[in-house]
Amino acid sequence: MKANCWTGRNSVEVQHVPEPSILNNRDAIVRITSTAICGSDLHLLDGYVPTMEKGDILGHEFMGEVVEVGPGISHDRLRVGDRVVVPFPIACGACASCRAELYSCCENTNPNAGVSEKFFGHPTAGIYGYSHLTGGFAGGQAEYARVVLADANVLKIESDLSDEQVLFLSDILPTGYMGADMCDIQRGDVVAVWGAGPVGQFAMDSARVLGAEKVIAIDKEAYRLDMAEAQGYTAVNFESADVRSALLDLTGGRGPDKCIDAVGMEAVHGASHIHLYDRAKQAVRSETDRPHALRQAVLSCRSGGVVSVIGVYGGLIDKFPAGAWMNRSLTLRTGQCHVQRYMEPLLGLIEQGAIDPTRVITHRLPLAEAPTGYDLFKNKQDDCEKVVLSP
Amino acid sequence: MKTDIRSASGLRHDPLVRGLGWASALLGVPQVAAPAGFARALGVERPSIRHRSATAAVGVRELAAAAGLLARPHPAWLWGRVGGDLMDLAMLGRALRNHDGRGLGRTVAATAAVTAITATDVYAAVTRTRRSTPMELTATTTVTRPPDEVHAFWSDLTRLPDFMAHLDEVRVTGPRTSHWRVVAPFGRAVEWDAETTQDVPGRLIAWRSVDGADIDNSGEVRFTPAPGDRGTEIRVTLRYDLPGGALGAAAARYFGEEPHQQLDDDLRRFKQIVETGEVVRSEGAPGGKQARGEFPQRPARPLTEDELKEALA
Ligand SMILES: NC(=O)c1ccc[n+]([C@@H]2O[C@H](COP(=O)([O-])OP(=O)(O)OC[C@H]3O[C@@H](n4cnc5c(N)ncnc54)[C@H](O)[C@@H]3O)[C@@H](O)[C@H]2O)c1
Ligand SMILES: [Zn+2]
Ligand SMILES: [Zn+2]
Repeated sequence: MKANCWTGRNSVEVQHVPEPSILNNRDAIVRITSTAICGSDLHLLDGYVPTMEKGDILGHEFMGEVVEVGPGISHDRLRVGDRVVVPFPIACGACASCRAELYSCCENTNPNAGVSEKFFGHPTAGIYGYSHLTGGFAGGQAEYARVVLADANVLKIESDLSDEQVLFLSDILPTGYMGADMCDIQRGDVVAVWGAGPVGQFAMDSARVLGAEKVIAIDKEAYRLDMAEAQGYTAVNFESADVRSALLDLTGGRGPDKCIDAVGMEAVHGASHIHLYDRAKQAVRSETDRPHALRQAVLSCRSGGVVSVIGVYGGLIDKFPAGAWMNRSLTLRTGQCHVQRYMEPLLGLIEQGAIDPTRVITHRLPLAEAPTGYDLFKNKQDDCEKVVLSP
Repeated sequence: MKTDIRSASGLRHDPLVRGLGWASALLGVPQVAAPAGFARALGVERPSIRHRSATAAVGVRELAAAAGLLARPHPAWLWGRVGGDLMDLAMLGRALRNHDGRGLGRTVAATAAVTAITATDVYAAVTRTRRSTPMELTATTTVTRPPDEVHAFWSDLTRLPDFMAHLDEVRVTGPRTSHWRVVAPFGRAVEWDAETTQDVPGRLIAWRSVDGADIDNSGEVRFTPAPGDRGTEIRVTLRYDLPGGALGAAAARYFGEEPHQQLDDDLRRFKQIVETGEVVRSEGAPGGKQARGEFPQRPARPLTEDELKEALA
């Protein structure tokens, strides 16, 4: 089958690989009908996430039709022919983390837990196509994928919603929603979102659904900010405006009540000397992440507010404004998305028309053109916001 | 790693060790029963109180060595004998220096005899002491099942190889006995018989290898209820007495620089089996329990037919 593989720093290639087979009793094989490229894939592409191996299949946002079901799965739960969306973190549903709905922290699904534990203190869940730190699972930018503990994870789509309407339930829609959910939004809240990529856009939509009074989008890509403005959100371009004064101005001097970092470890920054400092440290791997958006969110948030981090960080950061965080009673909340917690309720919101996930899709390409898709998305070419691939 | 004296069950049938045990007994009995007569036999014509009590004390020491060597043979007893011999030689040396002439021949003969015995003891102690490396591993985890259930799972010893990477097979051979076989990385088949020494439902299981094991070892697992109804806390302790020589070296190599990591991984797999039914495999680490967490791994992409056969074998 065809699959999009990581072949080294900044290079991906569609290769011919064997078709997946059942390795565990509760596996299912899915014939992929739609798959997408995520901002997280860019972190892997750039080599900022350790433990990638040449030849790894990328992709953790995918859906399709079940073509084979392992012997450990009951027929009532899943059968051949079912149409399913696959959440990106692999959960077991039985460990303490899963019982607490912290699915991305599942204790049982990462065969490389020992390594993950060394990086993170405690291990995290397995994730498809997302380095060996999260298990070394083949990803979903392919024609077929093996879905692990399928009965505990997949969301069956029984209505006639299109792939494009439900595909993002695998990751970015729940992720954006969790970003807003962790903000504990109250009446009158102003929510500022750093990053107007697909995840940021869904964080904005979710903040509105959850009752935010005003939503502010911060980015430097005019076309992405336009996309947010078209939804009625207020745009701040950090290249042409000073973010702090813009936010003070927009909030009567209070600062946003809630701040969402939807940028992560490869942020770029207007203030070039700090950016150079972080780039240099990141280049020699003495700092793994560039946390501009996070620093700015912490400094901008009103006292007692919440900073909700859904942008991905992989390792260590410098110059974290701990004084601002501590002295101004800020709450920092974060996590890889607990997708399984949000899939069903969000499916409901899509069915009701309260959220339209298709609005972020700008490019539709065949799987064979995945490298072009990466190029467009990474380099913000052709006003690219989100690429959906069809195998 | 420390070097230690190994309790060698093979000493029980060692003629030299048994001979020395009996020699101790033959010497100790008259020393304790008739210390004055014994001292005279060594050339001390009129043994003082001090002489007599010293002789009795040496007798007690000989009897202790005899009991040890015959009943619970251990190289420590042989070294104890060497120590005693040196004390005796010192005493005889003093006697020779302070001698008034009478019975000198007997003292000289006794000194010669003790010197010969010392040589034998040193030989026995050196050759019967095997250098070994004791290794104790501990690991702990929590599983979301009640202690009784977790205990029941663990007490089926035949399932241990499902999650313990180094075990090939455990066969139950009797109500409290089992036969254990360890996988190939040791370079040769390593097997032992074990007995279950404690088995308290919901609380504890303990076992140890019986005499004659290639690698003396023991282990125990304790189960305690986790607070807040979170299931069961499991604490595992394994003790290995890694022998010297090639076998010990192979074992040490197998356990690697981080032997604890392996037991942690064993326990993680146990948790996976109890909570999800089996050990989770990925394309990068398809070998299940055989996955050694070694990097670089195979790439995260489906396996070829051959790789599949190997991984699922
Ligand atoms: N927590 C999760 O479970 C989860 C899931 C999916 C994605 N993510 C992460 O969310 C982040 C966003 O994903 P995406 O798909 O939208 O990626 P993206 O790369 O398309 O979006 C990032 C956006 O941030 C902007 N940006 C860069 N520096 C900035 C700065 N200093 N201030 C404000 N904006 C800045 C970029 O211009 C870009 O538009 C990534 O880090 C991704 O890994 C997290
Ligand atoms: Zn993603
Ligand atoms: Zn779990």
